[in-house]
Amino acid sequence: MDILNQLFAGLSLGSVLLLAALGLALTFGQMGVINMAHGEFMMAGAYTAFVVQGVVGSAGVSLLVALPLGFLVGGVLGLVLEATLIHRMYHRPLDTLLVTWGVALVLQQVARDVFGAPNVDVTAPEWLSGAVTVGGVALPKTRLFILAVAVVCVATLALVLQATPLGRRIRAVVQHRDLAEASGISSRGTDRLTFFIGSGMAGIAGVALTLLGSIGPTLGTSYIVDAFLVVVAGGIGQIKGTVIAATALGLMQSFFEYSTTASVAKVLVFVVIVAFLQVRPQGLVTVRTRSLV
Amino acid sequence: MTTTHRTTDRLAALLRPGRSRALAGFALAAVVLFAVAPLLLSPFRLSLLAKFLCLAMVAVGIGLAWGRGGLLTLGQGVYFGLGAYLMAMHLKLADAGPGGVPDFMSLYGTGEVPWWWEPLRSPVATILLIALVPALLAGLLGWAVFTRRVRGAYFAILSQALAAAFAILLIGQQQTTGGTNGLNGFRAFFGYDLTDPVNQRMLYLVAAGALLAMVLVARQLMVSRFGELLVAVRDGEDRVRFLGYDPALVKTVAYVVAAVMAAVGGALFVPVVGIISPADVGVVPSIGFLVGVAIGGRATLLGPVLGSIAVSWAQTSISEQFPSGWIYFQGALFIGVVAFLPGGLASLVRRRRRRSAARSAPPAPVTQTEGSTP
Amino acid sequence: MTHVPTAETAAGAEPTGTAAEALLGTDSTRFRHDYLEVRGLRVAFGGFVAVRDVDLTVTQGDLRFLIGPNGAGKTTLIDAVTGLASATGSARFGGKELLGRGTHRIARDGVGRTFQTASVFEELTVLQNLDIAAGARRGPLTMLRRRGAVPEAVEQALELVGLTALRDTAAGVLAHGQKQWLEIGMLLVQDAHLLLLDEPVAGMTHAEREATGELLRRIGSQRVVVVVEHDMDFLRSFADSVTVMHQGQVLAEGTVAEVQNDPAVVEVYLGSPVSTEPPTTQAAGPLTTQEDA
Repeated sequence: MDILNQLFAGLSLGSVLLLAALGLALTFGQMGVINMAHGEFMMAGAYTAFVVQGVVGSAGVSLLVALPLGFLVGGVLGLVLEATLIHRMYHRPLDTLLVTWGVALVLQQVARDVFGAPNVDVTAPEWLSGAVTVGGVALPKTRLFILAVAVVCVATLALVLQATPLGRRIRAVVQHRDLAEASGISSRGTDRLTFFIGSGMAGIAGVALTLLGSIGPTLGTSYIVDAFLVVVAGGIGQIKGTVIAATALGLMQSFFEYSTTASVAKVLVFVVIVAFLQVRPQGLVTVRTRSLV
Repeated sequence: MTTTHRTTDRLAALLRPGRSRALAGFALAAVVLFAVAPLLLSPFRLSLLAKFLCLAMVAVGIGLAWGRGGLLTLGQGVYFGLGAYLMAMHLKLADAGPGGVPDFMSLYGTGEVPWWWEPLRSPVATILLIALVPALLAGLLGWAVFTRRVRGAYFAILSQALAAAFAILLIGQQQTTGGTNGLNGFRAFFGYDLTDPVNQRMLYLVAAGALLAMVLVARQLMVSRFGELLVAVRDGEDRVRFLGYDPALVKTVAYVVAAVMAAVGGALFVPVVGIISPADVGVVPSIGFLVGVAIGGRATLLGPVLGSIAVSWAQTSISEQFPSGWIYFQGALFIGVVAFLPGGLASLVRRRRRRSAARSAPPAPVTQTEGSTP
Repeated sequence: MTHVPTAETAAGAEPTGTAAEALLGTDSTRFRHDYLEVRGLRVAFGGFVAVRDVDLTVTQGDLRFLIGPNGAGKTTLIDAVTGLASATGSARFGGKELLGRGTHRIARDGVGRTFQTASVFEELTVLQNLDIAAGARRGPLTMLRRRGAVPEAVEQALELVGLTALRDTAAGVLAHGQKQWLEIGMLLVQDAHLLLLDEPVAGMTHAEREATGELLRRIGSQRVVVVVEHDMDFLRSFADSVTVMHQGQVLAEGTVAEVQNDPAVVEVYLGSPVSTEPPTTQAAGPLTTQEDA
């Protein structure tokens, strides 16, 4: 039963990490861009849920309104960022990291100035209160809902990438940018769309996070590092790696925490990832290229 | 090659414009730091400058590792923190007296000093550990990831995760590290009363001396063959490998040097500022160290130092007046400088210098600089 | 790349300086009996076998050209020998097995290579490039000091490749052909005794090719040289022997004339059965057509 408890806690954490990392994997995978403001897009999604609740009133309806709206808010923020800054820096991926960090700082302060520094709460809808008991373990409905959101997001993204013309374009650009361009695919347009979708995912993640506790301007910072670790461990280019890595990290954190403390668990997870990169420096799933550098 | 020949070579090298300018610049910096600043600044301002100098030490190392070596290290707070905490632990133990227990331990913990604190009772061991622990950690981590060719963004993310893990670990160990509060309330520094203005001035001078020494070390590394190789590794790691070098070794050396510089900066930061806490070493301050380096010019020698001091100064004066203004300013600096002026302010200076040189004397065609037709 | 050969480049063609002779002749006694011996080499990327069952022996004084259609495995073969691609089988040079060892260790044992796209350190000067190439065996103390006098070998290499006048120029601003020469110079000061050159004259003018060919011929008399090249005029002028690769295997080997009249080679290059119309003259030979391909 304890094991079951930890298992669920790990899966739940994994689903949160997955939501945070999914969009990153997309933007990092396609463009090699490390978007440090991704966490702040999550934060924006969370505050979207907060605002929607203020307008709609009913907690039950507002969550369902906030999810697509959060996607839109995150996506538009990403689009603006891509169009203003990132697109001129594709040849300098490491510098993009720093620039987007600057953007992250500004967005955090904007949130502080608009919503105030103290955390705010979003009420979870009535239909998500309580827990489902399975095998003697109480599974909070909110966490089950997040798990479901993560699954739906992954499934949708996989479907989009595999079965739609847009997905084919994205995969083509990821695998061979020049060749794709030569075959008439506008890589500019594809980049923008990818960034929109990836950032939108952050918005959804932010909305989902409001179910787990109060939200504040630095919400993103607490998730961004772990989300990046997931992407690094998962390898770029495919969603599969991200899903496995997020689940594994969540489970590890949960089980390490069980036998030690939360802070020691964090360090252990880091050590495991460094050790893992000794075996697979490019992460779990790799796309082989012949390029020298 | 004869001895006389070599001596004249040496002499010529010494008198090269680059070197004489560097000597002059160094002398000027020494005069400003050791004579002008202590005369002009109030004790409070001098302490503040001492703090800036400590942060600038981290910047010198980052300039070397990132600017020259291309290692975007987002986790220098870890090494800064290691140096700082080691020093702080020693100061706490020294304050408690022989066999004594630091105040916060009796407050939050078991009232017993953990075994890994014990070596820090000795001042000599403390100084050694401040250099050795960060060097060892950086060496191990660097070697592990660089030999497996983990690089670029992957390395940046790993170093950042290290910072996150370190800060979380510190917060989690309330009884032995002071947790969120960190370590503070030091009374003396190696026996010197920290409240005495004379000793504060001495601390400032120590920090200034340490910074100058680091700049010298960084300069030597940059102009040496190692420095050239480091740039080569940055621009073509694989090519270097095919020449018979192990790039992992080169990068690890640069990373370790940067780590030790950060640690010394941290160790001096503690007596100067009087507190070290996880808030000074986590993800956010670790990236914060990069602002000054980027602004000053990451690949230059003095750019990171001057940039770092300028940014610290700006932070202090802006956040005195507009608390939220500083964050916007810092964000804008990151965006503006990195996106639009990647060479930092140093590149502006260089561009102007080149332009004025071009005006005064049009450069001779390259082929004529040295006649060598067979 | 429109690069007009200058007085300096001519130096590459006819180096009369004794310094140059000294560089080319360094230690040739030590390596006199060296040869590259590849046996049963196989390189696989996932399921794709890029090189299979390759046997190859190249001796000193035999300027060997390696040709074949795109994807024949020429570069992969070089990658395997230099440790970039992992391979099975055997590749020995100077009595030492090369496979399975780190790239930099292989390089230290006297194996040097160039790349299809000239890869010099663009921000460093010509002199610095050569000095680095010459220094893999330097001790830590030498490394930590500033370069005093220019090493003799570097001086000689500068003269040999005709870049003495450009020694303090950043390598990035060199003309294409000059970069290629700089790379060859780096191989010489690196004290490489097996030189693997990947398309060393691509993009060069006719005069530059001639100069490079002469240089390679001189180097080839002292060291073991393998050249991957598509330029058939160049091959005919300078190759002592030719190995033809096709679909990862060695198709034919011999002198230029032998290879040109090999039915299997003709078939690969013309895609038609040999029996119908065997080429009789050199001009109508299969290798001529390849030039335009």
